[in-house]
Amino acid sequence: MADWGPLLTLTFLTTLLISGIRLAIPIFLAALGEIITERGGVLNLGLEGIMLAGALAGFMTAYAAEQSATPWLVGLAPWLGLGAGLIAGLLMGLIMAVLAVSLQTDQVVTSIMLVILGQGITTYVYRQQFSSLTARVTGMKPVPIPVLADLPLVGPVLFNHDLVTYGSLLLLAASLFFLYRTTWGLNIRAVGEHPAAAETSGVNVVAVRYGAVLLGAALTGLGGAVLTVAQLGIFNEGITAGRGWIAVALVIFARWRPERAFAGALLFGIATALQFRIQALNLEAIPYELLLMLPYVLTLLVLLQGGGRSVAPAALGRAYVKE
Amino acid sequence: MRNKRAWFLLTVMMVAALLLSACPAATPAPGGAPAAGEETSAATEAAPEAPAADAGGVQIPDIEEGKFNVAFVYVGPIGDGGWTYAHNQGRLYLEEQLGDQVHTAYLESVPEGADAVRVIRSLARKGFNAIFTTSFGYMDPTEEVAAEFPDIYFVHISGFKKNDTNFANLFGAMEDMKYLAGMIAGARAKADGSNRVGYIAPFPIAEVIRLGNALALGMRRTCPECEMDIRWIFTWFDPDKEREAAISLLDAGATVVVTGADTPGPVQAAGERGLYGIGYDSDNACEVDPEHCLTVPYWHWGPAYAQLVQQMMDGTFVPDDYYFDADTGIVGLLGFMEGQEPMPAVPEEVIPEVRELLAQMLAGEFDRFDIFTGPIYDNKGNLVVPEGQQLTQSDLEGIDAELGAMLGREGCTICMNWLAEGFVPDAEIPQN
Repeated sequence: MADWGPLLTLTFLTTLLISGIRLAIPIFLAALGEIITERGGVLNLGLEGIMLAGALAGFMTAYAAEQSATPWLVGLAPWLGLGAGLIAGLLMGLIMAVLAVSLQTDQVVTSIMLVILGQGITTYVYRQQFSSLTARVTGMKPVPIPVLADLPLVGPVLFNHDLVTYGSLLLLAASLFFLYRTTWGLNIRAVGEHPAAAETSGVNVVAVRYGAVLLGAALTGLGGAVLTVAQLGIFNEGITAGRGWIAVALVIFARWRPERAFAGALLFGIATALQFRIQALNLEAIPYELLLMLPYVLTLLVLLQGGGRSVAPAALGRAYVKE
Repeated sequence: MRNKRAWFLLTVMMVAALLLSACPAATPAPGGAPAAGEETSAATEAAPEAPAADAGGVQIPDIEEGKFNVAFVYVGPIGDGGWTYAHNQGRLYLEEQLGDQVHTAYLESVPEGADAVRVIRSLARKGFNAIFTTSFGYMDPTEEVAAEFPDIYFVHISGFKKNDTNFANLFGAMEDMKYLAGMIAGARAKADGSNRVGYIAPFPIAEVIRLGNALALGMRRTCPECEMDIRWIFTWFDPDKEREAAISLLDAGATVVVTGADTPGPVQAAGERGLYGIGYDSDNACEVDPEHCLTVPYWHWGPAYAQLVQQMMDGTFVPDDYYFDADTGIVGLLGFMEGQEPMPAVPEEVIPEVRELLAQMLAGEFDRFDIFTGPIYDNKGNLVVPEGQQLTQSDLEGIDAELGAMLGREGCTICMNWLAEGFVPDAEIPQN
């Protein structure tokens, strides 16, 4: 008989939620970036490649900073790494923007090319740069928020993370404000819904789409850098392991809303963390293989549940030709 | 209407992408960098001719006239820091030992299945004298191509098939080193007062179960009250999954985490908490955290490669089930081999015992069958190996009567489908 009691213990829930949040952050950042891009009417399926580029650029920069003899540079290493990941994302986004927005190439084909480019270029560059197979960076340590971190359950779960996690929550709030409370956000949404009408109103559709693609790709690159610089401290070829695709799926589940994307990423993260912890509980009724499928099955279910009622930006995936 | 159809197609694509990313790879995902001095014999440096048509667009390396040409087929990249890296080090050792007599080349990240058949066949057509295929999933493709090219030698790593003319299989008794690693893990957990060790198990196959059982028996030798927790991860290579599995073991009270997968991530995760890890596959796995890494049972394929290739060149090679024990040098234990010092976190009291037993293993006085000598109980308390009885090779490899009959070998009577005493009583082997 399965004993479900241990699932409800404070320690179990605490460690599960801490891991779930950690695993959610890179996926959330990529999904948030894609929401902004798609809100602007550009479909970028290349998140996996962009995340990889950000992951490697971030890792290499942080590694170089840590290897330097300059103390202040060593201290800034993780932040320099995250910045480099963001810039790598921007550069990948620039490729996408030039091809899909300026040259009006097919957005699906172009973005799939970005995946292949990201995989190939990161493999090549990493092999050229590192002869040591175990190159690593220090990563980021948790920063407990005084008093709040000592609260039972909510303290360690919400107030004992690294600065990137706190920053991601701030980004969530900022993105909601940006998309729904600023002229720029309004312009992005207008261009994604009805570019011709936006153009008539004096909005530069090409410029706005460039901005949306670049901002989205930068956030995706940042997500990749968070994975290698802040969390794992290592880089391996293909280290993103499908997270970019999960992020694209989450955008649909989230119905192009940042707060729903965060909830979806959190769900995926918790399910991933749960698959190993639940093995310890001797729940014979549940086959191990099912547990390992859990994050993907859950994401699929919410995708299918949410996707049916989704209303995509009307001009998504369509090149804009000025009349 | 068009928009609705487009979204339906996109949803289908996403579902497919999710399903693909959910499928755990049975082979290492790419990772890492080439070792120094790789340029000369890497397949990528081969002649710039058009890719062989039947090799799936893979550039097939050239042979060198007047030399004995040996090709290696790798499942991962040479820089994975684990399984493939160790094989590539073996290839370099082979070149070093046999010098100008041999020329070696390799192809990395070759998918198992139909692609492997095309690649192996292309290497044979190119004129290589011997081809080593280094992953379990290459077994049937190697057998198929070996039948087509009776004048070329084929050696498959980690499988159990062979023929009478030109096809052998090769593996090593890693259980010897895992047993010693278990002794170290047990001593460390005892010293920490946790009496709990964690094991990260990639797949529920005989090899992984055998190594886990050796680990548990070794642990019980130095810490009879210790228990070993287990997490099945269904992948050989996924840094984040390995790390997350390690964290869940540490959260459950383990103070030592032993990995059966290919990255040093679990060692790193343990070190971050001031706890301890044991790596696998490659002798550089402790570099991620020397302070908290206890040891690494690692592969040293070079001597076996050199021995077999020398026999091929001499015309004395006999296709067989080659399963080399520690006395051949095919396996090692970091910190305890000649010229090495134990890692700083290894408890002092266990060092002499490990050294003594390792010396017996290297002298051929203690082998894998001695590890699995009864009485051995499973983790449910059932006697599986009676007093004085030893497991057979078929038992260790989980070759049942039906498969044994096909291979012309005796089938197992105590097949490797149980977890040894020492594993937590709740632990189960997932049923495929």
